[in-house]
Amino acid sequence: MTVFQAERPLLGKRILIGKPGLDGHDIGAKIIALTLRDAGAEVIYTGLRRSPDQIARVAVDEGVDALGLSILSGSHKELVNEVLARLRELDAADIKVFVGGTIPLEDQTELRELGVAGVYTSDMSLAEVVASLAKALS
Amino acid sequence: MKHGEFAERSAGLPPPRIGRESATGIEVPTSVGPGAVRDDQVGSPGEYPFTRGIFPDGYNGRMWTIRQYSGFGTAEESNERYKFLLAQGQTGLSVALDLPTQCGYDPTHPMARSEIGKVGVSLSNLSEAEILFRDLDLSRISTSFTINGTAAIIYAMYLAVADKQGVPRENLTGTIQNDILKEYVARGTWIFPVKPSMRLVADSILYSNAVSPRFNPISIAGAHVRDAGSTAAEEMAYTLANGLAYVDELRSRGGDVEKFAKRLSFFFYVHMDFFDEIAKFRAGRRLWAKLMKERYGVQDPKAQHFRFGVVCGGSSLIAPQPYNNVIRVAVETMAAVLGGAQSIFTCAFDEAFQIPTETSAELALRTQQIIAFESGIARTVDPLGGSYFLEQHTDRMEEAITTVMKEIEDYGGVVRAIEDGWIQMRLAERALERKIKADSGETVIVGQNHFRRADERMVIGDVFKLDATVAQRALEKFQRVLDTRDQVAVDRSLTRLSEAAGNDGENLMPYLVECCHAYATVGEIVSCLKKEWGEFQEPVSL
Repeated sequence: MTVFQAERPLLGKRILIGKPGLDGHDIGAKIIALTLRDAGAEVIYTGLRRSPDQIARVAVDEGVDALGLSILSGSHKELVNEVLARLRELDAADIKVFVGGTIPLEDQTELRELGVAGVYTSDMSLAEVVASLAKALS
Repeated sequence: MKHGEFAERSAGLPPPRIGRESATGIEVPTSVGPGAVRDDQVGSPGEYPFTRGIFPDGYNGRMWTIRQYSGFGTAEESNERYKFLLAQGQTGLSVALDLPTQCGYDPTHPMARSEIGKVGVSLSNLSEAEILFRDLDLSRISTSFTINGTAAIIYAMYLAVADKQGVPRENLTGTIQNDILKEYVARGTWIFPVKPSMRLVADSILYSNAVSPRFNPISIAGAHVRDAGSTAAEEMAYTLANGLAYVDELRSRGGDVEKFAKRLSFFFYVHMDFFDEIAKFRAGRRLWAKLMKERYGVQDPKAQHFRFGVVCGGSSLIAPQPYNNVIRVAVETMAAVLGGAQSIFTCAFDEAFQIPTETSAELALRTQQIIAFESGIARTVDPLGGSYFLEQHTDRMEEAITTVMKEIEDYGGVVRAIEDGWIQMRLAERALERKIKADSGETVIVGQNHFRRADERMVIGDVFKLDATVAQRALEKFQRVLDTRDQVAVDRSLTRLSEAAGNDGENLMPYLVECCHAYATVGEIVSCLKKEWGEFQEPVSL
């Protein structure tokens, strides 16, 4: 099943989807990875249980435009903070970071203040996620 | 409320439809007559092939176990919570463990730091287990552990606690999930490669059968693949296929199927398609009995029995209009009862967006009690048995399950399909399909796609606050254990474990119990086994 094949609004973008920490719920990450690829992006997926450092390094090595972090364990603040810090250390603060998962409203605001470009939760449609990403990366 | 107040976000969706297909994709006729019932497949409750239940008297003989999932923070806090739940009338404990414990990391490991005590209790060594079960009589309570990658270690720890409390091991009742195969597909707490992991599962089952015969050493679970996106038929098919893989492994290690099959149990999600769910349980129960009898020649009916627990809720619960979830859980619980579940866990309505509060957790428990003791649906065993529609739907569900099982077998079996990432990919595609159908409004989700209020705001009630000092206290206690234990005994137990791990014919359980008694930590035990076996390499191609 596909939605975006005709339009491909993310054509030419490289996006890394990462699963930081120990949370093993990866179906959201995979749905997003498949969707972004369908929307034209070149997508890399880290697989489970990566440290913030590993994810930041892959993002830099692969020269991605955006990094999507999927976190459902409640540890989003700590993990996102660490990833952002590592990106800054690696002189890669220009990589836009997005977060998806079970993120309470107040934490969403906090994550944006830390520098996260967008927070996506399961009640959003895939079309909304792609449109938001396309806008942020244009 | 006027109709116009609804549905700003529903604009552009097709009108909500009842549909002609069930959620699992089975065609549902408008009307069914008596010709749809195949009497030989229906049978009587308590009789092969057990379509109508494994007991002739249903819930009159034994009420289902009301088992709520809980456990958070430190062992002390969880211990208090358990005492509260038991006082509220709960009949079994369910222990949730934090991710470091589930993945085999000690609290001091860099990967563990931000996760200590977050999604469950931290159980890093025997001293924590002693606190967790303090003043609880292990010979009188049934304890269920949601644990997989480190299940054999946690089971060893439970035996060690019983030993220390002076409770005979044969009195222990409870369950460890211990279903590693589905972890590779959906839940993600795998540690070792598939083959040594299968050995750990088999070793713990065979050991448990011998020393704690009333304990369920495995709960083969479809719940997680279902919640991730599979259909009801796929959920049952993957689970039965995994079950057969364990049976084969156990037999290859000298297990007697007539014996060990009596202690295999299963675990599923219940979602919203009422008759799909009831049919899924009836069809699964019948299929398992047939497989046991026809494929393995099992004669003892108890070893043909398909005993299962369920969770009601999960991904069928949503954040918008959260009180709607109370109704969803009630409908799902009725499906579980009409399907003949042996134990039921009801999710709290707020699980979709927060850790349940004491109020929402209590409401979930009361939902079960109302259905059990007010509604009357538990009085007669399989009260829907013989229904023209349900019997036909059960037959069609069985066909759908069998078709998926055949596809897995044709691929080369579950172990190969998992090692290659084939089942994982199938599941991801199915999950995407489910999401697209929800986005388009083809699947009606009240309050999320259809019937959404224009002024809808996510209502978040009481938010449970995890004590910020949980991690610090866990680390301090951990250090105290390292400082006070007999290091010589620890080293000796780990060396012996390492040697046994290298010898495929040896049962590892006695060595794991010895390690636990010596206060070796979960992280140390896992590191020791990783040196022998390596780690699972996740196939991540999409």
